[in-house]
Amino acid sequence: MFGFGILSCIVFLPLVGAGFILALRGTDEATLENARRAALGTTLIVFLLSVYAYTKFDPSSSAFQLVEEKGWFGQGLIYKMGVDGISFPFLLLTTFLMPICILASWKSIQTRVKEYMVAFLVLETLMSGVFCALDLVLFYLFFEGGLIPMFLIIGVWGGRRRVYASFKFFLYTLAGSLLMLLAIMAMYGVAGTTDIVTLLQTHFPSSMQKWLWLAFFASLAVKMPMWPVHTWLPDAHVEAPTAGSVILAGILLKMGGYGFIRFSLPMFPEASAYFTPLVFALSIIAIIYTSLVALVQEDMKKLIAYSSVAHMGFVTMGLFSMTSQGVQGAVFLMISHGLVSGALFLCVGVIYDRMHTREISAYGGLAARMPLYATVFMIFTLANVGLPGTSGFIGEFLTLLGAFRINSWVAFLATTGTILSAAYALYLYRRIIFGVLDKPGLASILDLSWREAALFAPIVALTIFYGFYPAPVLDSSAAAINALIKNYDTALAVVTKTAAMTVH
Amino acid sequence: MYAAIVFLPLLGFLIAGPFGWRIGARPSEIVTTSFLLVVALLSWIVFFQVALGTAPASVSVLGNWFTSGTLKVDWSLKIDSLTAVMLVVVTTVSSLVHLYSIGYMADDPSRPRFFAYLSLFTFAMLMLVTADNLVQLFFGWEGVGLASYLLIGFWYEKPSANAAAIKAFVVNRVGDFGFALGIFLVFVLTQSVSFDQIFAAAPGLAHKTIHIFGLDMDALTITCLLLFMGAMGKSAQFLLHTWLPDAMEGPTPVSALIHAATMVTAGVFMVARLSPLFEQSPAALTFVTIIGATTAFFAATIGLVQNDIKRVIAYSTCSQLGYMFVGLGVGGYSLGIFHLFTHAFFKALLFLGAGSVIIAMHHEQDMRNMGGLWRKIPFTFAMMTVGTLALTGFPFTAGYFSKDAIIEAAYASNRGGAYYGFLLTTVAAGLTSFYSWRLVFLTFFGTPRWAADGHGSGHDHAAQDDAAHDHEAHGHAALDHAAHGHEGHALDPHESPFPMLIPLGVLAAGALFAGLLFSHNFIGEGAGEFWKGALFLEPGNEALEAREAIPGFTKQLPTLLMVFGFFVAAIFYLLAPSIPVRLAQALKPLYEFLLNKWYFDELYDLIFVRPAFWLGRLFWKGGDGAIIDRLGPDGVAARVVDVTGRVVKLQSGYIYHYAFAMLVGLAAVITWYVASGIR
Repeated sequence: MFGFGILSCIVFLPLVGAGFILALRGTDEATLENARRAALGTTLIVFLLSVYAYTKFDPSSSAFQLVEEKGWFGQGLIYKMGVDGISFPFLLLTTFLMPICILASWKSIQTRVKEYMVAFLVLETLMSGVFCALDLVLFYLFFEGGLIPMFLIIGVWGGRRRVYASFKFFLYTLAGSLLMLLAIMAMYGVAGTTDIVTLLQTHFPSSMQKWLWLAFFASLAVKMPMWPVHTWLPDAHVEAPTAGSVILAGILLKMGGYGFIRFSLPMFPEASAYFTPLVFALSIIAIIYTSLVALVQEDMKKLIAYSSVAHMGFVTMGLFSMTSQGVQGAVFLMISHGLVSGALFLCVGVIYDRMHTREISAYGGLAARMPLYATVFMIFTLANVGLPGTSGFIGEFLTLLGAFRINSWVAFLATTGTILSAAYALYLYRRIIFGVLDKPGLASILDLSWREAALFAPIVALTIFYGFYPAPVLDSSAAAINALIKNYDTALAVVTKTAAMTVH
Repeated sequence: MYAAIVFLPLLGFLIAGPFGWRIGARPSEIVTTSFLLVVALLSWIVFFQVALGTAPASVSVLGNWFTSGTLKVDWSLKIDSLTAVMLVVVTTVSSLVHLYSIGYMADDPSRPRFFAYLSLFTFAMLMLVTADNLVQLFFGWEGVGLASYLLIGFWYEKPSANAAAIKAFVVNRVGDFGFALGIFLVFVLTQSVSFDQIFAAAPGLAHKTIHIFGLDMDALTITCLLLFMGAMGKSAQFLLHTWLPDAMEGPTPVSALIHAATMVTAGVFMVARLSPLFEQSPAALTFVTIIGATTAFFAATIGLVQNDIKRVIAYSTCSQLGYMFVGLGVGGYSLGIFHLFTHAFFKALLFLGAGSVIIAMHHEQDMRNMGGLWRKIPFTFAMMTVGTLALTGFPFTAGYFSKDAIIEAAYASNRGGAYYGFLLTTVAAGLTSFYSWRLVFLTFFGTPRWAADGHGSGHDHAAQDDAAHDHEAHGHAALDHAAHGHEGHALDPHESPFPMLIPLGVLAAGALFAGLLFSHNFIGEGAGEFWKGALFLEPGNEALEAREAIPGFTKQLPTLLMVFGFFVAAIFYLLAPSIPVRLAQALKPLYEFLLNKWYFDELYDLIFVRPAFWLGRLFWKGGDGAIIDRLGPDGVAARVVDVTGRVVKLQSGYIYHYAFAMLVGLAAVITWYVASGIR
């Protein structure tokens, strides 16, 4: 298509849209409306393209598909794109959430609209690039580059303490990514290439694996974020505009988990096995600690941000269980969390746009005047709690089951998170939606507009659909994940000469 | 037909929920209620075909839910005798409660929402009882929990209702925590979550040891105990019971449907469904017996002194659920289910009757402000009396067959804990009789205490209106509670409208005759061909036969205690009302202990709720704030801010830094390439 592969189209088309918006002159309302429409149109086309690409995708194969390869920087560097069953769901999630983000910013962003739209489109390119890149350097460029627009979105269109928040964000990610860069260079030194497909076949020396693993871990754990490097997230969320939060929770957090599946686990299996107890410990701390912290938050966005950290704890736990349920559950949970937490931030955005405060205590009794909003918020609260019949359940259940097969204590402690999540989520809901509507400012608050309802409709539909029929995600990733686990077990078996891991 | 039974309520929910505001309250009521009536009819047909008739048990798979590795979970409908019994219980009570609610909720502005929730609940409960695997069971399990949460908090403007709703959900989650771990363990042991495969594997797993949670334990015992933890939460058993009395904040029809007849019995159903598994673990069954007996006794003691009419019945429910678990625990699975079956009728009857009283009293629930109502609402009084007779086990009513059978089985059984079970359930039978009759006497007899406040002439005024109340003309007048409070006005108790009275009549018939009609099939000689293997029955029904042969005195003991309880209540609350007052003063510590529900709420608040919030604050301010941030980013940032503080446009300042860092990185990579290229 157009002389490019379809993945390149998906990745770079947003840049075309961005260029168009930059070419618009004038700051009158009509121009701004055109900028918005251009951004929405671009993201919609990209979404449709990615759906089209999915029809070309064969989920029963574990190989990379739709591969494109071009020489780039002389001999060593290549431009290589491709997707497999693990990355494709994330690509679709990205292209699905983008139009929603643009639409969510339609009214709430009134300053520097063009720049805002450009930032989001550039962000889309970089994020989808992360999930398509099959070259480590290319991946790194997308992976770190994506932070720049995000950083701008928080720093320019953010709230009162945006400077502090973007600073924190910057410091954390910088520290991690530099180590990752060193690791990439070291890997090139061993394998002589940065082609991910080749690297997946490469065996790194055991002692080196640990260092490489740690270097990747430094970067991925920050992105995830895992305890104790999570404290940038609540601040970033609180200060980011609504759509920024949606992308942050929906996609940027998933890059950490994706990185673990793509690099740490398959490329450094021995180190992964060695560090599994560490990951389990950090996951459990994340689940219990941040759930308790979420319980006492007074700011809606912070509460949801902490709940995200807890959910990512389930993801890392599931991933490092390296059972098919654990890893599939982790992938599913990431997709589901992308939808659900994104939607929860949209929910916060709806009332923030009306009242301009995120203080929980400023609300109460909204059910009386906003029944539709109350319903939508309830659905996502329940999905966040992991109620069966919503997408949230499948991921939690599978990750816990996977972990239980490996270590019953880990599952035991992590399952307490399901109790705590019910407590903090319902407590939040009660304080905002239930009660008597007696705060004067709320007396004339309006229910969802058509635009807002249209934003939520597809997410509600997907959340419930996946709750009852998660096969589209589970099946498309099954082959790739089974291959991943098989290779992992083989690699470990070679080392330890024992066929299977001890259960329990 | 099976699919229609399960999915018609869902359809009702989907019509009344999203579109209720558009089609209006009355159509929503009609749609949901008529669907439920159809479903109830179909369920009875299934009951006659499958349980009483010869139609084979069946499992129809509707589709795959999810598959991961060797884990495969299907949506399916399992119909066997046990399911058929549950279908009848759930749909009958649910349809009657729908009907009743048309009257009870007549003045509520959110009726479509209410009926949608009721139908949603029914759907989830039906998914629960038709499940063919543990995960679908769990789906229904949490689904009914959701409906319960929504309905307890239905009047969302009441803070107490909201608190009770959250409490119910979270306490149930504590139980589900065990349930989920139990499911995981079952999967690890049997590589499956579907019932047939689990049951097939169960005998082979008996006496196997497993290393779990750092200990070597009997595999099936720990499995059953974990699963039973779920049952304890859902069925409000001792330690996890605290949510049930608070759940009475919900509208009374909800209490009847969810918190008496159906949802709370899900735990009993679960243990019965898994009876082939529990049967392999005597230790777990002993635990079931002990928890059940403790609950039966403990809840009854609290019921003795409560003053809220609904709370008395709630504790009674708690106590009766304990009986059911004793029945299961001593190996008489059919006894537990039979009591579940009869209890659904008389307890729903009591709750709906209480609802009728509450409506008549303009939403007054404190029995100390009632009295003398039998003249004003004679039909309700008669129905409540029938329910009380059945609950206390008056000869030939439903409870006489089912409850006494459990006590007898506990006596005859030689399983662990059975004697403890016998002792406590027998004592509890006496207590049950006392608190039940206390409720009747306080509410319907004695001098009216509702007229005492405000107008002195209330009594006379009420008396002359008596004749008019037999016509239902003023039925609605009793409902306009919003217009005035109950204090300081001349109360004018009315009998409730017909939609509320019909369900009372139907349930009363069940409370009177369900035991007589069905005991032969459920627990008598016909049990084998009735259950057809749906429950684990001992070869030759030893548990059932042994109880026939117990000594006469023991057999009569529950009945004697029932009579004794009746007379004590009559003396205390009819003949000499000063006795209970003096008794409460004489035994003040005990009275306070019971009145405050053994201080469980205070205890849990102290050891769970407060520490959770305290820890949350500690981790937030101390962990995240004082340690991680101060040593990490803030410390570093403070230095950087010193440098960049003077940069005017901050955002551009940072972006340059960042881009610079990236450039440095890129340069490093390229250098590396070049360097290695040369080499």
